Amino acid sequence: MSQIEVRNLAKVFRVAERRPGLGGAFRGLVDRRTREVHALAGVDFDIERGELVGYIGPNGAGKSTTIKILAGILTPTGGTCAVDGLTPWRDRRRHAARIGVVFGQRTQLWWDLPVIESFELLQRVYRVPESLFQRNRDRMVELLRLGPLLDTPVRQLSLGQRMRADLAAALLHGPKLLFLDEPTIGLDAAAKLAMRDFVRTLNREEGVTVVLTTHDMDDVEALCERIMVIGQGRILIDGGIDDLRRRVGNERMLIVDFEEPGSLDALERELGGAGLRDLRVTGKRARIGFDAGVIAPAALIARVTSRFEVHDLFVEHPPIEHTVADLYAEHGEGEA
Amino acid sequence: MSRLAPYAAVVSARYRNLLQYRAAAFAGFVTQLFWGSIRLMILAAFFAAAEGPQPMNMVEVVAYVWLGQALLGMLPWNTDADFKEQIASGAVAYDLLRPLDLYGYWYARTLAFRTATTTLRAIPMVVFAMLLLPAFGLAEWALPVPTLAAFVGFLVAITAAALLSTAITVLAHISMLWTLSGEGVDRIMPSFVTILSGMVVPLPLFPDWMQPFLAWQPFRGLCDVPYRIYSGNIPIAEAANEIVFTLAWTVVIVWFGRFLLGRGVRRLVVQGG
Repeated sequence: MSQIEVRNLAKVFRVAERRPGLGGAFRGLVDRRTREVHALAGVDFDIERGELVGYIGPNGAGKSTTIKILAGILTPTGGTCAVDGLTPWRDRRRHAARIGVVFGQRTQLWWDLPVIESFELLQRVYRVPESLFQRNRDRMVELLRLGPLLDTPVRQLSLGQRMRADLAAALLHGPKLLFLDEPTIGLDAAAKLAMRDFVRTLNREEGVTVVLTTHDMDDVEALCERIMVIGQGRILIDGGIDDLRRRVGNERMLIVDFEEPGSLDALERELGGAGLRDLRVTGKRARIGFDAGVIAPAALIARVTSRFEVHDLFVEHPPIEHTVADLYAEHGEGEA
Repeated sequence: MSRLAPYAAVVSARYRNLLQYRAAAFAGFVTQLFWGSIRLMILAAFFAAAEGPQPMNMVEVVAYVWLGQALLGMLPWNTDADFKEQIASGAVAYDLLRPLDLYGYWYARTLAFRTATTTLRAIPMVVFAMLLLPAFGLAEWALPVPTLAAFVGFLVAITAAALLSTAITVLAHISMLWTLSGEGVDRIMPSFVTILSGMVVPLPLFPDWMQPFLAWQPFRGLCDVPYRIYSGNIPIAEAANEIVFTLAWTVVIVWFGRFLLGRGVRRLVVQGG
């Protein structure tokens, strides 16, 4: 049995609609109009133990709704969901004791308490035996470099420090399943890298299943073997990062550093033909966009090296942001 | 670990945290000293003008007033600012992430809120009213030293009062799941809580025709019962009955609070966090 089994999960919110103007406001007093918003319109997936899954989608697509249902703080309007055999919203307390949850946008720590006191309070709240607590705490303090922060009240921590403390707090009771809702939001580059390293270690070394929502495609590329894309309340894609790329096209970018400054004309003359999309030359560097489905990367590289003095070259995928933005556009969503 | 350990830990953490607010406590002490003196002067004037025997003597009234001033913060007259903020931001749904009974969790937090600030104010007030006033030659107006039996009875009764007060405050917190703002309850609560508990005028001094009603309403357990046990106005032999009365109301209000919270949480988890 999979660790998480979600079948046909649906969530409909009723949103009160306001009529415009003063007259509308008065009518609204006696005749309330509501609109149904389908946050989730039949979502299915399974997640196995030890997986690290990226859950992405544009704002309002239903990511947080899914996480909240899986965490047991929101009841769906339809469908079923089992996490380790428990129904999160029905077996809330038992379920809560087994999972860890971090919401990037708000802390689970007690704002006025020093970090260590928050940890000790959580130990009692989750009834963690002393020896296990000490082991988990020491490991978290080491991995997340929390030592110097333990006596600081949470409100005085920087965002990066707070996120590290929040991660530790979510793991003190040793959950085997961790939900991270936008854990890197607002973090600087160093803090993001530290966060990713930590999540990877946790997943690989401790076998913790991680479900991660994010808008940062670098998070997904760096961490996730599996990606689920949600849009308009439905799962659009569920697969590896390559599946995601294949869905949108085979675009690649060949970057070449010549020995001599190159010229666009020469490049167009020598290489021009099917599959090429976009040529740019700056100094000694050329960027050649091409469709790998039409012209194989190896063939293109052979052609380039046979006609020019090449110092270095490499092939890049387009940034996954573009891929995802294309996908959202295809499904009539997204802000761009 | 006992089943109550998590809740005890919540009470303890929140209590320690609230003890930090020393300046506010000092300001509270000064204000309550002022109001206490005024109440005493007014009541003394009434007693001077009254004819015939009263249901309380002046010594009992003095004890009633000073205890009231010392323990004012323990009355369920307001709601926790922390909690209001949690309701306003929607963060209240995240309390469901804890493997705790939600009512128990809120009750624990509220118990700390009700008692922590009171501790800080009660100690200087008792020192002032019991020790300093006689030293200034105002022994007549001082908080009398109780008999040992009365003091033990008072301790039990005031503990019951704290449990009752917390249950009422939790009820006010739960109401915010519908109103989404503490403004309303914060305005309504002080008026009837202070009158019905005996904080404005000791309940025995109310007209006879009101006594049957006053005797059965829950707010009496907050002030009237413990303060009169302290002064001996309620004989120690009757104290047990009175304390059971307070606890019975506590059970009823806790039960009602759990019922309401169940409905409120259903709204919360249906409409989103």
